[in-house]
Amino acid sequence: MAAPLDVAPSGDVAPEAMLSGISAKAIEGRSLGQIAWLRLRRDKVAMAGGAVVIFLILVAIFGPFLVQNPDIYHANLINPTLSRPNGPFGGISVAHPFGVEPVTGRDVLSRIVNGARVSLLIAFLATALAVSIGVVMGIIAGYVGGWVDGVIARSMDVFLAFPLLVFAIALVGVIPSSAFGLSGNSLRIGLLVFVIGFFAWPYMGRIIRGQTLSLREREFVDAARSIGARGPYILFRELLPNLVAPILVYSTLLIPTNILFEAALSYLGVGIIPPTPSWGGMISDAVNSGFYSIDPMYMIIPGLAIFITVMAFNLFGDGLRDALDPRSSR
Amino acid sequence: MSTPVSTAGTAGAIGGAGDALLEVTGLTKHFPITRGIIFRQKVGAVQAVDQVDFSVAPGQTLGLVGESGCGKTTTGRLLTRLLEPTGGRIMFEGRDITHLSMGKMRPLRRDIQMIFQDPYSSLNPRHTVGGIVGAPLRLQKVKTEKGIKATVQELLELVGLNPEHYNRYPHEFSGGQRQRIGIARTLALRPKLIVADEPVSALDVSIQAQVINLLEDLQNELGLTYVVIAHDLSVVRHISDHVAVMYLGKIVELAGRDQLYAAPRHPYTVALMSAVPVPAPVRVDGRRQRRERIRLSGDVPSPLNPPPACRFHTRCWKAQEVCRTQEPPLTELIPGHRVACHFPENTAASAE
Repeated sequence: MAAPLDVAPSGDVAPEAMLSGISAKAIEGRSLGQIAWLRLRRDKVAMAGGAVVIFLILVAIFGPFLVQNPDIYHANLINPTLSRPNGPFGGISVAHPFGVEPVTGRDVLSRIVNGARVSLLIAFLATALAVSIGVVMGIIAGYVGGWVDGVIARSMDVFLAFPLLVFAIALVGVIPSSAFGLSGNSLRIGLLVFVIGFFAWPYMGRIIRGQTLSLREREFVDAARSIGARGPYILFRELLPNLVAPILVYSTLLIPTNILFEAALSYLGVGIIPPTPSWGGMISDAVNSGFYSIDPMYMIIPGLAIFITVMAFNLFGDGLRDALDPRSSR
Repeated sequence: MSTPVSTAGTAGAIGGAGDALLEVTGLTKHFPITRGIIFRQKVGAVQAVDQVDFSVAPGQTLGLVGESGCGKTTTGRLLTRLLEPTGGRIMFEGRDITHLSMGKMRPLRRDIQMIFQDPYSSLNPRHTVGGIVGAPLRLQKVKTEKGIKATVQELLELVGLNPEHYNRYPHEFSGGQRQRIGIARTLALRPKLIVADEPVSALDVSIQAQVINLLEDLQNELGLTYVVIAHDLSVVRHISDHVAVMYLGKIVELAGRDQLYAAPRHPYTVALMSAVPVPAPVRVDGRRQRRERIRLSGDVPSPLNPPPACRFHTRCWKAQEVCRTQEPPLTELIPGHRVACHFPENTAASAE
């Protein structure tokens, strides 16, 4: 019979005490967040994506104050017979680095910058809406289970099966020009945020539900219950901190999807109302007014803006996922 | 289901030290198996724990042993009321806690605490050590003399950890240290009864000894009562005063440690004991003495549909017709030694 050895219970204090002597004073733990940050810093692609994301956010916030008024017409820059901008590549010049719009002569740079503000605002708000609904629904469905889970999971399926694009087009047609104390573009932005966010939450909800289902079986949940923790404490203090990683990752991956969806809606004419600039609206103008044949740059520039933005968010999101959860690396 | 076990009334007798701190009678847990989505039908039940009786006196340690799936862990979770019992009665300090609601149970959680099996999953990776060990104090709103931080640091010192590690995260510790953190959390509320669910089975053998000794020292220092669940017979022998052997949801033998290890009565216990390797086999005439190794044939039957009467008869080498038809009650053959078997081993009759 192998009786346990007689080792003093304080056996491993000594090496620990020595360690603490070496590292001098206060022992500060390295949180998982700090470790993830160290890992993220090593990922150059993700850092580049992150830099572009930060740049875009700064542009969206401060850009409109730095560029000229996007609604000023510069008729003198337009060839009156061909109604296309003078000069090469859509009238690119020092005064108008991205050229000017055909027919009207409005500055493309300032329309891109102002469009970035609208696009990012809608994408961020819609993502915030989707994430908050998705996290609450997912965590409740995963933790409570039973018929609650059944109802939430089925409604997620309903939302995912919903013909969203058709619904959005119809909704914009039905809503009057002023409602809920809002009118014009602020009403439109609110509507877009609602439509995009309210129908994107099941993507987040499913992920959070799955994660919660696996976390629920971990013993620390039982440990919390055995010290008398109530449901909300377990949900928001024990489970939620463990869900930060997937929430962050899928938010950064949801933002570009929402940017694309907003652009698509603007392209279809149910997005932002002109003359307020938006990227999807610019591409729509280029196609519908036939600008692409006289001035291809006018379509390429907003297209590139969307492409770079979506790409940067996706690269950053992928890097974030690898940093937060090294096991899921591609 | 089966007839009530006749020994329920004498449950307090074993242990001997006056009134029992914990008394369990006829404890049963069946997990229903349902089929159908809308019209749920109960098609069966996993009889995880069935009619279990035992009691633990204050300051004593009861060891629960048995192979995987015999209901040890379920029993532990029933005692801490993480699971709702299907039947039976759990008395703690003379109070019936069998069906207390979560709200009524909450103040009692100070007195009944649990040590968990897996130190890697029982600590929330997003909380610091200070947060984990201090959580019981915050949740139970315990007034501490020197504040929560100082109390937590005292606890860390008590379990042999550096109190400076207050701000560290669990992933920075080894398995043994993590289990110490778990024990510190368990001790935070100064419980009377600690249910330790395989406290060392996830640890290295060298660390197992440290943690077991720590548990013993804490018992002596703080006057704790333990129910230790384990499958390692040597661990149970080291730490227990009394040992209950479980097989397929039932206690088949319950006795004082020395009695049980010296002369096991139930064939299942005998088989279990024979599986324990001996570090230095006795040599007679320079030749290694062959020990009788009892190999049980077959698998443990499914708890969904356990064998009738004696649950061990399908694998028992002594089984006879009566074992298939009549359930042997857990009877006290000699004082302090209870066995549920029609043909117990190591008795005066069988020694011939």
